[in-house]
Amino acid sequence: MNNNVSLPVLETKNLGVSFGGLKACSEVDITINKKEIYGLIGPNGAGKTTIFNLITGIYAPTTGEIYLCGEKINKLSQETICHKGVARTFQNIRLFNNMTVIRNVMVGLHNRKEFKCSFIESALRFPRQFKVEKAMREKAKEILRIFGLEEERNNLACNLPYGMQRKLEIARALATEPKLLLLDEPAAGMNPNETMELVETIKKIRDMFDITILLIEHDLKFVSGLCDRVTVLNFGKVLSTGTVSEVLNDPSVIEAYIGKDDE
Amino acid sequence: MIDIINTFINGLSLGGIYAMIALGYTMVYGIAKMLNFAHGDIIMVGGYTLFVAIGLFGNPILAIVVAIILCGVLGVLMEKLAYKPLRGASPLAVLITAIGVSYLLQSLSQIIFGAGTKYVNMPNWGSITLGSLRIQVYTLVTLIASVVIMVALSVFIKYSKTGRAMIAVSEDRAASELMGINVNTIITITFLIGAMLAAVASTFYLLKAPSISPTFGSMPGIKAFTAAVIGGIGSIPGAMIGGILLGVIEVFTNSIPAIAPYTDAIEFTILIIILLVRPTGLLGKKRREKV
Amino acid sequence: MIKHKKNFKLKHYINYIGIGFVTILFSILSLTGNASISLQFLLEKIAISIILAVSLGLVVGFLGELSLGHAGFMCIGAYIGGKVSAMLEASLGCGISNLLISLIVGGIAAGICGVIIGLPALRLRGDYLAIVTLAFGEIVKTIFINTSAESFGGATGLSTPRYNREFLFIYAFIIVLIMLFIVQNLIRSKHGRAITAIRDSEIASRATGINVTRYKLLVFALSAFFAGIAGVLFSFSNYRVQCTKFDYNYSIEILVMVVLGGMGNITGGIISSSLITLLQVKLATLLSGNLAVLQNVLYALILVLIVIYNNAPRLKGFREKYSIKVLFNKIFKKKADPATVRDDEAKWDRVPTKINVDDLLSMDLVVTESVAKPDKGGEHNE
Repeated sequence: MNNNVSLPVLETKNLGVSFGGLKACSEVDITINKKEIYGLIGPNGAGKTTIFNLITGIYAPTTGEIYLCGEKINKLSQETICHKGVARTFQNIRLFNNMTVIRNVMVGLHNRKEFKCSFIESALRFPRQFKVEKAMREKAKEILRIFGLEEERNNLACNLPYGMQRKLEIARALATEPKLLLLDEPAAGMNPNETMELVETIKKIRDMFDITILLIEHDLKFVSGLCDRVTVLNFGKVLSTGTVSEVLNDPSVIEAYIGKDDE
Repeated sequence: MIDIINTFINGLSLGGIYAMIALGYTMVYGIAKMLNFAHGDIIMVGGYTLFVAIGLFGNPILAIVVAIILCGVLGVLMEKLAYKPLRGASPLAVLITAIGVSYLLQSLSQIIFGAGTKYVNMPNWGSITLGSLRIQVYTLVTLIASVVIMVALSVFIKYSKTGRAMIAVSEDRAASELMGINVNTIITITFLIGAMLAAVASTFYLLKAPSISPTFGSMPGIKAFTAAVIGGIGSIPGAMIGGILLGVIEVFTNSIPAIAPYTDAIEFTILIIILLVRPTGLLGKKRREKV
Repeated sequence: MIKHKKNFKLKHYINYIGIGFVTILFSILSLTGNASISLQFLLEKIAISIILAVSLGLVVGFLGELSLGHAGFMCIGAYIGGKVSAMLEASLGCGISNLLISLIVGGIAAGICGVIIGLPALRLRGDYLAIVTLAFGEIVKTIFINTSAESFGGATGLSTPRYNREFLFIYAFIIVLIMLFIVQNLIRSKHGRAITAIRDSEIASRATGINVTRYKLLVFALSAFFAGIAGVLFSFSNYRVQCTKFDYNYSIEILVMVVLGGMGNITGGIISSSLITLLQVKLATLLSGNLAVLQNVLYALILVLIVIYNNAPRLKGFREKYSIKVLFNKIFKKKADPATVRDDEAKWDRVPTKINVDDLLSMDLVVTESVAKPDKGGEHNE
């Protein structure tokens, strides 16, 4: 591995984007170290998802740079960014609804080197096609097992209950072998039990796969139980950065959320 | 020079016809969020209605009124029977249904009237001369009528209650429903207006070339759709600009013998180029899909 | 590992078996002189329809894009392949080598156009793409109709070499088998999975690292390639190519076959295209003149009714009760597969929620009581 350990996994410098004069976010500097679980919090419309979209290449930043392990990624296509090691989930779940659970994960495995199989090899039914297909199936099952979804593997993704759909989306993202996993409100719509379970699962996958996680969440309990550090955004700008308790003690954060104390 | 002016006026009048048809496409697309492929065939039905009605009554004005009413009814029926059940289904399903309806209308008219060309006995108004410029009266009538209709439609949409409700539905159907707008009624009205405009367009088309066949509507339909797309589908001024632009281009390429046979190919190539450069057309709104 | 017998799924081979059986049966009939010319012609037509339906099904059913210019690709294949074959006739005669070369050349020419049409497909979606493909079909027609008599025959059309009828349909069915082999293997491979993923959600596919551009172009090219091959066969079957045949209506007819067979269902496409073609040929001899259009009315009605039946949100309950699939399961008393059906099945009938739960839940930052109120004192233990 030529990844310099000292290099942060993700670094954004002066990141900003504007849509027709409206600054969705600006001057965002975030540095995330390896194996960190990092939270992005802030009120609605603070630009959290916009930052995700910038990192994954859906929007092109108007200002600033994004570095993944020291490599600049802000001019690359979404696919290339994914190949470089960024995977994500979506706020409003985007599964491949007409495919089974296991096939959803197998799509995630699509670009892994060990499952390489050219178009011609597949179309003409070379032995490798079968080998790869079988190996992918096994690998997908393995990933599903982590999320407790193995039993559901032959169900259509759209028939899963909400919580499981969220988990499946994480599983699919994980299948792409990311260095950095972006989770957009992973606990939304889950009940307290499921949420607690999810906290454990996220920690587990961080350790198992040695990955760094950046997540957006509204549930402060969830964030404080999980995140090493957080950044609070408001109106597209960084309000505060630090551990959860540091941030919550920051007067500017308190002001933004609770309002000014007029005694 | 006189030739060029003459060609230009002809182009404008053809463009006016295209614009009228394109308005139907664009309004339906904007409000019902579907591409009504059968819109061109409403023109054809309008044409056959004129053919029958002029034969029956001998009075062209009465025939035109009958055609407009009949087309309006057809438009509404089409919407109620074929498209309404599919509201909320995938766009592909709706599109295929629209294609089926178009095909159905064409085949039915072929059974009723035969595949051959029928001559419609439209009034001939002759031409007027302005200096050395000779203009056909129907060209002027078409031009004036299309301008009047477009202005009237714009005013209707901007200032009437129904028109504003149409804008609201095209912006956000769910929200307008919550605000108490009867979305179904609005969509029906849209189809009604579109179909009636198609009947009017059909009349002007027949004034220009009074012969009709079951596929009479497809070419003007596709051309007008092209016009709507060029102008930016969903946009009413876009449909007008696109229609006029396409009409002028068509008449000009037709007037040059070397490229005249390729007129259709040229128009469609322009369509493809415009879509590649500006996927939402000239005046279309760019919609960013929320991620 | 022990090789499980259950890996062999009849479902996966039914198309080969069916087509293979038909091919062998009629080959024997034909070679022993028991097949009439009209039967041979019918079989050629069926083979062509199958190729068209399966290839369009790739774009419509698997990629989820609507193409209305399939006849345009066919037209290119027919003209280019027919021309090549006519040129080679002097040196190669009407043998299999000539046939092969012209098929491949015609297919590749159409395939290249498929890539060209696939390019806008990358930027346009749905309705816009449909209209571009439609425009493409019209452009192709206009270009060929205006060619000179020496090159492609213009409005009168292009004469093609006369291949031996006894063999032509056999070749056509062999091509069908080869195409099925390629298409089915592809669809069942990781590449096919990627294609269906794009259909389900393009945004998610990109985020999952699927090269959407590549796959879209690939599907368009492959679909056009086979349409081109069907075109070449069509030109040989009719001894003549006339571009007026490859109009918009023909594209619609192919679309009807795909929709009738079921989106993304290859076997369905094969059955529906064969049936429609059979019906067409039989009806053509029964009905004449304007009544012949009656079958078009029928197509149109079938198309509309099937789409409404399959897609209308209100008919969902009805569909679940009375679909062919349910009927099939009832007749064959299909045993419930424990992997797909769970005991608490009721839960699984749940319609995926239409209400956006995120919108309901994404209220502003919730300060729960366990996190002490930051404005007073400010001790946060957690």
